[in-house]
Amino acid sequence: MTLYGFFFYLISAMVIAATAIAITRRNLVHAVVYLIVSFFGTAILFYLFGAPFLAVLEVIIYAGAIMVLFLFVVMMIRTEVTEEVVFPRSQLLPAAIFGIIYIIVAIMIITGTPGTEISLNILVATPRQFALYVFQHQWFSIEVISLLLLLGLIGALQLGRLK
Amino acid sequence: MIVPFSNVLAVAGILFALGVFCSVVRRNLIMIVLGIEIMLNAVSIAFVGASLRWNNLDGQTFVLFILAVAATEVSVGLAIIVYAFRRTGSFDPGNFNLLR
Repeated sequence: MTLYGFFFYLISAMVIAATAIAITRRNLVHAVVYLIVSFFGTAILFYLFGAPFLAVLEVIIYAGAIMVLFLFVVMMIRTEVTEEVVFPRSQLLPAAIFGIIYIIVAIMIITGTPGTEISLNILVATPRQFALYVFQHQWFSIEVISLLLLLGLIGALQLGRLK
Repeated sequence: MIVPFSNVLAVAGILFALGVFCSVVRRNLIMIVLGIEIMLNAVSIAFVGASLRWNNLDGQTFVLFILAVAATEVSVGLAIIVYAFRRTGSFDPGNFNLLR
């Protein structure tokens, strides 16, 4: 196992552990902070897979903007710590059935698809190559996405003004 | 050589399952939106891995779109959550029964 492979397994274990801790917290602030750790790990994974620009975007947008927005809402609204049952006992059977089906189907898909056993090469898409590709081949989608962001801004403003 | 592609898919699948668990099981609107974020994040990992597997930058482009969609969804979703909290004073989706 190479050094890259060791880093991959280490960081993936960290990401999965941080996410699993985050989704079981009752305190919302703790959950958000654990998710920030998870998103930092995801950024390192992106860097390992040769996408340094996306790693930077992941840190800035996901861990920086989106999670801080969550923190704002959690702190703006005073939440009483509710006595929330994290896992109701009556739903244990359906959850187990669907979880087992999901695991079986995922393993079948991963092992059944040809070519998944190929090792990934070390290859880096520099931000310059990435930008050239995006604006040469996908420029229309970029325009549509910017329109979507504008619509989201208008919608959030309108919802904030409603009484 | 880093790792086989199947391991990347396995990590993405585990993260996606955690996101589904979070948004199905938790009875709190903010945790439900957080679960959707985890799912989008897992999909981005799969996309970047596939982009490296086929040496094609389309996967990374899709991650860019996923980031934009996630930002929009979170801003509008949190605005809706704050509005619903003002109307009902609760985060529990079971309390949103004004139509009943």
